[in-house]
Amino acid sequence: MTAIPDTARLARRISLRGLNFAFAIFVVLYAAIAILQPNYLEAGLFMNFLRRAAPLAILACGQLYVILSGGFDLSMGAVVTLVVLAASMLIGGDAAMTWPVIGALYAMGLAVGLANGVIVSFLKVPSIIATLGTMLLVNGLALAWSGGAPRGDLPDNFRNLGRLVLRDVPLVGTLPVAVIILAAVVLLTGWGLHRTAYGRRLLAVGDNPRAAELAGVPVKPTRISAFVISALAAVTAGILIGGFSGVSVNAGRGLELQAIAACVIGGAQLLGGRGSVVGALFGALSLFALFTLLNLLGLPQALRDSLQGVILIAAVGASVLRHRRST
Amino acid sequence: MQVRSILAVTLAVAFSTAAYAQEFNDPAEFKKQRELLSTKAEGPEGKPWEQHLGGAMVDTAKFKKDGPHTICFSNAGVFNPWRVVGLNNLKGEAALQKDRIKELVVLDAEGKDDKQISDIQSLLDGGKCDVLIVSPTTTAALTPAVEAACEKLPVIVFDRGVNTKCPVTYIHPVGGYGFGITSAEFIASKLPKGANVLAIRIVPGVDVLETRYSAAKSIFDEAGINVIGSEFTSSDRAKTKSVVEDYINRGVKIDAVWMDAGDTATAALEAFEDAGLPYPVISGEDQQDFLRKWQKENLVAIAPSYPTYQWRTPIIAALDILDGKPVPGPEWNLPQPAITQETLASYIDERMPALHYSLCGCQDLPGYPEQWGGK
Repeated sequence: MTAIPDTARLARRISLRGLNFAFAIFVVLYAAIAILQPNYLEAGLFMNFLRRAAPLAILACGQLYVILSGGFDLSMGAVVTLVVLAASMLIGGDAAMTWPVIGALYAMGLAVGLANGVIVSFLKVPSIIATLGTMLLVNGLALAWSGGAPRGDLPDNFRNLGRLVLRDVPLVGTLPVAVIILAAVVLLTGWGLHRTAYGRRLLAVGDNPRAAELAGVPVKPTRISAFVISALAAVTAGILIGGFSGVSVNAGRGLELQAIAACVIGGAQLLGGRGSVVGALFGALSLFALFTLLNLLGLPQALRDSLQGVILIAAVGASVLRHRRST
Repeated sequence: MQVRSILAVTLAVAFSTAAYAQEFNDPAEFKKQRELLSTKAEGPEGKPWEQHLGGAMVDTAKFKKDGPHTICFSNAGVFNPWRVVGLNNLKGEAALQKDRIKELVVLDAEGKDDKQISDIQSLLDGGKCDVLIVSPTTTAALTPAVEAACEKLPVIVFDRGVNTKCPVTYIHPVGGYGFGITSAEFIASKLPKGANVLAIRIVPGVDVLETRYSAAKSIFDEAGINVIGSEFTSSDRAKTKSVVEDYINRGVKIDAVWMDAGDTATAALEAFEDAGLPYPVISGEDQQDFLRKWQKENLVAIAPSYPTYQWRTPIIAALDILDGKPVPGPEWNLPQPAITQETLASYIDERMPALHYSLCGCQDLPGYPEQWGGK
């Protein structure tokens, strides 16, 4: 009888420690930013920081589901690019088309997620290969569809989702729409993962799929759903990125790896079984704080890339070491 | 020990970038291109793709051949909007001259040296080609392949060059230094001494881009203008906007933004909009979205170009060579105009997509504007 609450408490402590670690990295990096540039402590600039980090944080929340189920989703960046290009071509600057097209974008995301999930679950292709394949496929489709150069235009009501900042909001002063969307995504994915039976099944599948199957967990549908959630998160992030900065053929390049790195910094275990949404959130914020810090330091590009690599490896290594000791 | 080796590697990386920045700063080439910018073009008025700036003519009587001809083109790739527009121009010119062309064979090297070397080999082995046009992926790697082709048929090289004089002609606009000179001189003329300029660039280490920056930097240094930063953004709009926001947040006034390519110019301007600041003086490029924004917001701006109309010239040169008519060579310098406030309105075409390059010289080609993505 006593064993169950004990493991539960232990599990909670572990996820809390994971959170603390990513949170600590974030605080250290943001403090470094504030030392260089004290005005980053103002509410307005912090909100702006969150606005820019929101797409990466949303990607990390989605990627986390796949990582916890024991896989990788490398197709996220390609989905972002597809969303940005498709939005521009389908909307074509007509504000009335924005909402129907957003519906269509989510339908595309759903299709990519289902394809990933089905390939991994039924064809037994390892997720890293399966999603690499869909990444190439989606990127190719986006490129072929747009002819290599973006066409069309995004109207203001679409751009506002990633660009608009609400002014004169009580308490915080300014509030970007992207931050509201980020909060909603974090709450939704956090609830789904930590407060529902589905979330526990997902963890069980990632931890030990055979045991989960014997215990009656529907392994395949659970896996597929994780890829769908990841793809829908990528669509959301794509809408914000398109809104923030407009149409670009490079919109999603490299984002999938950043999202995976964010999850790992946030204490998620690669190949599944452990991790938290709050950890992924702070992992993403840490990563973005790192990018901002390196920008502000004004180092030469080559040095900056190497430094970014060193810090990433150190952060992930430290995070993994901590968990090895605590278990 | 580990710390020391990490330090050593970092230092090595830092110095190696410093070292190879050197070779993109050639004062003689800078001077030559500065002179070319003010040279009066020879050739038909209003058709800059048929004009040339000074230089000699080469005799091509030995290549004379009865038509119609098969023209073969080994393309480095179509990996960016500039090349997309360019390839459309080349195909458009071929369509315009379709009575004299039996076939246009295009092989795409997808940006890979080895693929382009084998592409050229297979074009030669095929034996169909009367003339070969090459747009090389990189200079040194493609030189032997081009030399081998020269032995069999007339060769035309354009955009990037090769380290051999064997091609009949090498077609290119004034060049990277010229781009940097035009843009930086404009910015310097609009700002007082001591003003701040932020440089936004695509990627380091690419010759055609590095020379733009090195030329601009010399001019800013000469004029006493501070380059407060030089940032690489990989043509990514989100990154460009973030980087510019970071600079704005530093609290240093940014008087001007200089860009080595214009595809993210509007993203850089949006950072100023979102911060509630006035627009800086800016140099972009000849893309439609930048020109429209310039007109709409009454910017103080200039659009230097690396004109895509240069893709029309190789087809014209190929047909001239096969007719035995002399062509400008061994270097064919095309004019490299910039769009200014005075000429702005004439380059805006609302039908065209955002990243369409306005100096395509393609308005009179068959299939315009649909073939170029226009409505």
